[in-house]
Amino acid sequence: MKRMAKFFLVALVSVAAITFVSCGKKEAETIKIGVAGPHSGDLASYGIPTIKAAELVAEEVNAKGGIDGRMIELVIEDDVCKPEVAANTAAKLVGDGVVAVIGHICSGATKSAMGTYLDSELLAISPSATNPPLTQSGDYPNFFRTIAPDDAQAAVEVAFAYAQGYKKIAVLHDKGDYGKGFAEFCKAILEADKKAEIVLYEGITPGAVDYTAIINKIASSGADAVIFGGYHPEASKLITQMKKKDMNIAFLSDDGVKDDTFIKVAGEYAEGVYATGPIDTSSNPLAIKAVKAHQDKYGEDPGAFFINAYAAMLALVNAIDVANSTEYADLTNALRSNYVDTPLGKISFDEKGDAIGVGFAVYQVQNGQYVELK
Amino acid sequence: MKLDFFFQLLMSGLTRGSIYALIALGYTMVYGIVKLINFAHGEIYMIGAFTALIVSGVLSMYGMNPVFIFLIAITAAIIYSAAYGVTLEKIAYAPLRKAPRLSALISAIGMSMFLQNYVLLAQTSDFLPFPELLPEFGFLDPVKFIISTNQFLILVTTTVVMVLLTFFIKFSRTGKAMRATSQDRDMAQLVGININKVISITFVIGSALAAIGGVLISSHIGQINFYIGFIAGIKAFVAAVLGGIGSIPGAVLGSFVLGITESFGTGYISSDYEDAFAFVILIVILIFKPSGLLGRKVSEKV
Repeated sequence: MKRMAKFFLVALVSVAAITFVSCGKKEAETIKIGVAGPHSGDLASYGIPTIKAAELVAEEVNAKGGIDGRMIELVIEDDVCKPEVAANTAAKLVGDGVVAVIGHICSGATKSAMGTYLDSELLAISPSATNPPLTQSGDYPNFFRTIAPDDAQAAVEVAFAYAQGYKKIAVLHDKGDYGKGFAEFCKAILEADKKAEIVLYEGITPGAVDYTAIINKIASSGADAVIFGGYHPEASKLITQMKKKDMNIAFLSDDGVKDDTFIKVAGEYAEGVYATGPIDTSSNPLAIKAVKAHQDKYGEDPGAFFINAYAAMLALVNAIDVANSTEYADLTNALRSNYVDTPLGKISFDEKGDAIGVGFAVYQVQNGQYVELK
Repeated sequence: MKLDFFFQLLMSGLTRGSIYALIALGYTMVYGIVKLINFAHGEIYMIGAFTALIVSGVLSMYGMNPVFIFLIAITAAIIYSAAYGVTLEKIAYAPLRKAPRLSALISAIGMSMFLQNYVLLAQTSDFLPFPELLPEFGFLDPVKFIISTNQFLILVTTTVVMVLLTFFIKFSRTGKAMRATSQDRDMAQLVGININKVISITFVIGSALAAIGGVLISSHIGQINFYIGFIAGIKAFVAAVLGGIGSIPGAVLGSFVLGITESFGTGYISSDYEDAFAFVILIVILIFKPSGLLGRKVSEKV
């Protein structure tokens, strides 16, 4: 009798287990993916394009029969770009049983949501949060992004300066938020690496009638390269007057200078100037396709971070497909070890969660045009 | 090397000073005669630069000698700016001559905004490249690292213009009439001086000097846009106040003090505080000499 009871118990448990498993399987028939960001309020225009990108990818995948037969279901939650709201948004998504999140959009909101996701072993891919510590601090191993961090441009610039063998670098900026921020990142990287010496670090006054004093200062500092953070009007004045003085010092600048007006104004003096700028994706066939799909469905051009969000969604779908799983460890592993074709080009993710193959390239003025240096 | 650097900074300061002086003279002369701070003066400088750009652009299509183009362009800029200056006076200041001084001042600020936006709409908001018209002077090659052709040209032109202006004011009939008007407008009128003519001439001279400055500095810097007059104008105004507004030698001295301070401040301390140096020196001088370096003490007439 005792034996019999034991047998029944085992049978019962196994049956229950089978039903439970099959039940679970039925539940997981759709793959829930969270989409979080500001969808209302002042900053809605930053968040809504990401929903559209996720919807377009989901529709396409579902039309082809889903991922290994499982359909994608989007769970869309608004965080209004506020850190205090984002924590609730995150808790809600966790409760809804999503396998991963596309978002958040704003860096502050992202940071506040990441802790919740980390505790629940959920990963998030942001198309737009550029705050450097999100990846660099190492606090959030579950965080990925398909946009370059704020200091990526400076990192590319400084790496290029090392590659060119510059040892003494003068870092200048125009005292504006953008130019000074860029110069400060460059300075921080240069100081941390100690591979080149900063011989001059100064701000110049935009619109001043004459820059010869600062140019003389550059000359007497013995710099072999100038890194300038700012926009093209000051850059063209500096480079023109430097070249007129026969100063043979390399001139490296940022996206604010990678503008055709710079070449138009500085003319022949612009030749040879280096400037970093976002990697050009406009000719990428997937980007063209994504934009076209958006135009067909919504009748207008896509908004901010649409391409990045589209890439994030594709990367996630690919990871689920490759890993054959929706488990946190499998997904993060798949994201880090696979390259995937996206509108941003072929991308993967590094240990910290920054996208490899996304970000900035160095361009040089050659024969009156910016040419990307490979 | 240390000495070279010193001279480079000195030259850069003198260049700046010269440009400030060309603009500051317009402020100070107008103030001396009509007791008005002509805030639209920076815009006259900008219009001079634009005129030269347009004229030289048209002429270089005909393949003329660049030096001729430069001379024609600068002449056109002078004529055009002078016309603007006089028109400005007739439209915006003359009707307010008897009004409180604040009204004329506001009118001047209004004209400044108007002219900026007019050029913005009529031309463009973009920066435009300003052609290099003059060849490099061969004889400056050995000292090129200290003084460039353009700097040399700015210094020489400014010196010549200053000398001519001094002679004009000191010895010509019109110059004497201007000084008389500046001293006492009613009395000058009583002895038969045509005040309106004197004021017009003052605006013509001031605007012409600004135009020269505009062309020289634009060919030095190599680019212009509608906004260049604002910063140049403010700095020149500071220079004029520094030297004692109303005084012609004062404006020149103030401009050089300002230019050299900025240049040495940038060179030996930091260019981060370039504008701060300008205003600190202004404050220091005004504390010790409230009417400026060479300004006359204003005594209330009883």
